[in-house]
Amino acid sequence: MSKLGTITRRTFLFGSVAIAGGLGFGFYKYKQPIDNPLKADLADGSSALTPYLLIDQNGISIIVPRAEMGQGVQTTLAALVAEELDVTLDQVNVIHGPASAAYFNAAVLEEALPFSSIDTGTMANGMRKFVHVPAKLLGLQITGGSSSVADAYEKMRVSGAAARNVLVKAAAQQLGVSTSSLRTENGSVISSNGETISYLELAAAAGAIKPDSELQLKPRSAWKILGKSQNRIDIPAKSTGAAEFGIDVDLPNMVYASIRVNPSLGAAMNSYDASKAQSMRGVKKVVEIDNGVAVIASNTWYAFKAVNTIEFDWATADYPLDTAAHLKAVEDSFTSDNQDSQFRDDGDVEKALKNADQIISAEYKVPYLPHAPLEPMNATAWLHDGKLEVWAGTQIPTQAVKEAVKITGLEQSNIKIHTTLMGGSFGRRLEMDYIIQAIKVAVEMPDIPVKLTWTREEDMTHDNYRPIGIARFKAVVGDTGPTAIDLQLAGASVNASQMGRLGIPAAGPDIAIVQAAWDQPYGVENFRVTGYRVKNDFPVSSWRSVGSSQNGFFHESMMDEIAHSKNLDPMQMRIGLMTHEPSRKVLEAVAEMSGWGTDLAEGHARGVAFSLSFGVPAAEVIEIAIIDGKVKIVNAFAAVDVGTALDPRNIEAQVMGGLNFGLAAAIMGDISIKDGQIQETNFHQYRSMRFYQAPAVEVRVLENGDRIRGIGEPGTPPAAPALANAIFAATGQRIRELPLSKHIGFV
Amino acid sequence: MKINVNGQSREVDVAPDMPLLWVLRDELNIKGPKFGCGIAQCRACTVHLNGQPVPSCSLPVSAVGDGKITTIEGLGSPDAMSVVQAAWVEHQVAQCGYCQPGQIMTATALLSSNSNPSDDEIDTAMSANLCRCGTYPRIRAAIKTAASNIREIELLPTDAASAREGEAS
Repeated sequence: MSKLGTITRRTFLFGSVAIAGGLGFGFYKYKQPIDNPLKADLADGSSALTPYLLIDQNGISIIVPRAEMGQGVQTTLAALVAEELDVTLDQVNVIHGPASAAYFNAAVLEEALPFSSIDTGTMANGMRKFVHVPAKLLGLQITGGSSSVADAYEKMRVSGAAARNVLVKAAAQQLGVSTSSLRTENGSVISSNGETISYLELAAAAGAIKPDSELQLKPRSAWKILGKSQNRIDIPAKSTGAAEFGIDVDLPNMVYASIRVNPSLGAAMNSYDASKAQSMRGVKKVVEIDNGVAVIASNTWYAFKAVNTIEFDWATADYPLDTAAHLKAVEDSFTSDNQDSQFRDDGDVEKALKNADQIISAEYKVPYLPHAPLEPMNATAWLHDGKLEVWAGTQIPTQAVKEAVKITGLEQSNIKIHTTLMGGSFGRRLEMDYIIQAIKVAVEMPDIPVKLTWTREEDMTHDNYRPIGIARFKAVVGDTGPTAIDLQLAGASVNASQMGRLGIPAAGPDIAIVQAAWDQPYGVENFRVTGYRVKNDFPVSSWRSVGSSQNGFFHESMMDEIAHSKNLDPMQMRIGLMTHEPSRKVLEAVAEMSGWGTDLAEGHARGVAFSLSFGVPAAEVIEIAIIDGKVKIVNAFAAVDVGTALDPRNIEAQVMGGLNFGLAAAIMGDISIKDGQIQETNFHQYRSMRFYQAPAVEVRVLENGDRIRGIGEPGTPPAAPALANAIFAATGQRIRELPLSKHIGFV
Repeated sequence: MKINVNGQSREVDVAPDMPLLWVLRDELNIKGPKFGCGIAQCRACTVHLNGQPVPSCSLPVSAVGDGKITTIEGLGSPDAMSVVQAAWVEHQVAQCGYCQPGQIMTATALLSSNSNPSDDEIDTAMSANLCRCGTYPRIRAAIKTAASNIREIELLPTDAASAREGEAS
């Protein structure tokens, strides 16, 4: 009870501000006052008008409490505040800010519900509102699930509007005029006779004023920043080497560490011999940590080198010991005992199959995949003066605080997390392993900051992987498309594995097992999608687009097989089946963009795929050429619908990147296991897309959807099936297993 | 030993087999060159040695001798970018941005010797550098813009000073 009380006191965003808008969004009313995390460290003369805005002698800072992993979130979310505040993006500093439950993410939980993301029925919408309560109670400050924009869209604009409101009131008091005679522009309040007072001058007075209980947000027609392509705030630093990633953190007297943990994931270390490492140049200390050993040295490379000389006796893994055994476990999971969900069961599939003259069927497989962001896992921790500071690229800074409390026994108020720029993530930095290790190393080195950096080999072999999976389908096909589909999907539960590591209970079915399969807006009279859960201890996790990453391939390869079984055009068949208007429109758009149906050069062919994931319908066409029997990807086209496009050029970049990420894995992504250990240790074995393999990508962004959506992930799922379908169109070879390069050569 | 980095002579006291990357990053606090793989497979660590792109993660510092090392910091800064860096901003290339210092160093070396590269030549030069975010199409566009700008000003930018000179001319 007391714990609950503590949490609820800390979790309010807007104080008593209620907002009535002209845009059809909800009515916010939070009954308890806000605990603004910025107020704890506030210097004299500074004002933290809302949790998203800090005005001090350095100027105006917008707090964007979401992880910048490359998706441009720091720019797009800052623009939400800037738009309503009436400042330009080059007038503000944008910072990540502290770890705080005030920055909880409600939208991320919405996608975990067993409702299709485009289901706007009473039950679905009611449940979406309901999860905002546990989201608030969990206080989980999390970046993921393409949820940042949807979560922030109203609350950060409201924050900007509330701040503008009190700044105008402060100016009215100072000038002795009514607020209605004042306007705002470029960070200043301007009176009717042209007097201009900057926000900086007004901030102290404004901090003592309560905003109006009702605030009007700008209509879209008045937007100056939103809806227009912005220059990303992080790009100049990222183009000059000036950007500071976690791995670049530098502190006074800092030492450097690296670690080797049992390559049988989760298994113990029986013993080790570090006698050689102890006496090597630069080595300061060798410490035993979490099924492994860390070496602390005066330079990262000395630590790497010393770790390599340690001899280990490792315990054996608790999960199946080789890839074949993992695959067997998936094959064996298609039983009623292991049934996890059956969210879709339209019509009578059994009857339709029984009465059918002809049934087509096939089995598909996908491998384990690593996240492999280019910046290896690292974190810096410093235990000093009864406090712990941690610098890390993390998607869940509030969880890092919890882990730090557990390890150090310090009060939460004595722990400070600095969330850095991230050199990619793709879901990897949802994990706490590297942060926990860095804190434990810092505990061994009191008063001295320690930066822990993993080798690429440690990173590649100690990931939590996209699950291996199998799909089986049976279909009956009529003259215009499928009349019955029975789709069965088996894989491990990402949710149970991930939440287990975070210590959060994960009851019930895992929607990720069937995501982007059960919820696709195709109207098929008899349509059943069943998920089966593979149960073992091998660690799996969210990989860009989560379950949609494999299910997009399964579902859309299946639809292609269905179309070709009756010589139907795979594009026209899909368009004809669509029950969701924005989804049909992305298919029509990509057909037009790609010249679908028009003649191609000899040896060229196109493939199409569609996936609705994270509420975003995405249709992609891949055009390939067969050169000396090998596949060359020539062009790619994508059309997506995000409801409201805040920054079109950045959305295009995310779709282009997501598509290429999907193609890279489809062509060559493969992680294998032998003796319980990951066999691919670095980029010479886990290969990824190279410059010469990347097609030109044309992206079109549509806005027909009913509400705003995020775009970090939805570009990925259709890429693999569009490519596989193009290969079929070109060669007649239906490849039912990823990576495709197991079955066909690539240029 | 002494090494020459971005026009400055720097004294370092390290094991001779230490890769240049870790001398730059941990000894000299030059953080633009990035660690990605340690085996010259991703080239996030690319620097120029006498104008040629090299993977600093796999180059022992003792092999540098009196060669001139240029890092991304030696090309330009956010306030004074080289032509190539400016093209990267113009095309909004970076996503996570971690590989981009290496990409820019490789592209700069290419354009220094060939200010009008064909698509095939760009492919050949750039395919050692890995980008996990999939920014390749924008990298290609930025290289073409930079090439065009370089041809226009008939100046090969190998450091910030020459870039600024180029802007002034």
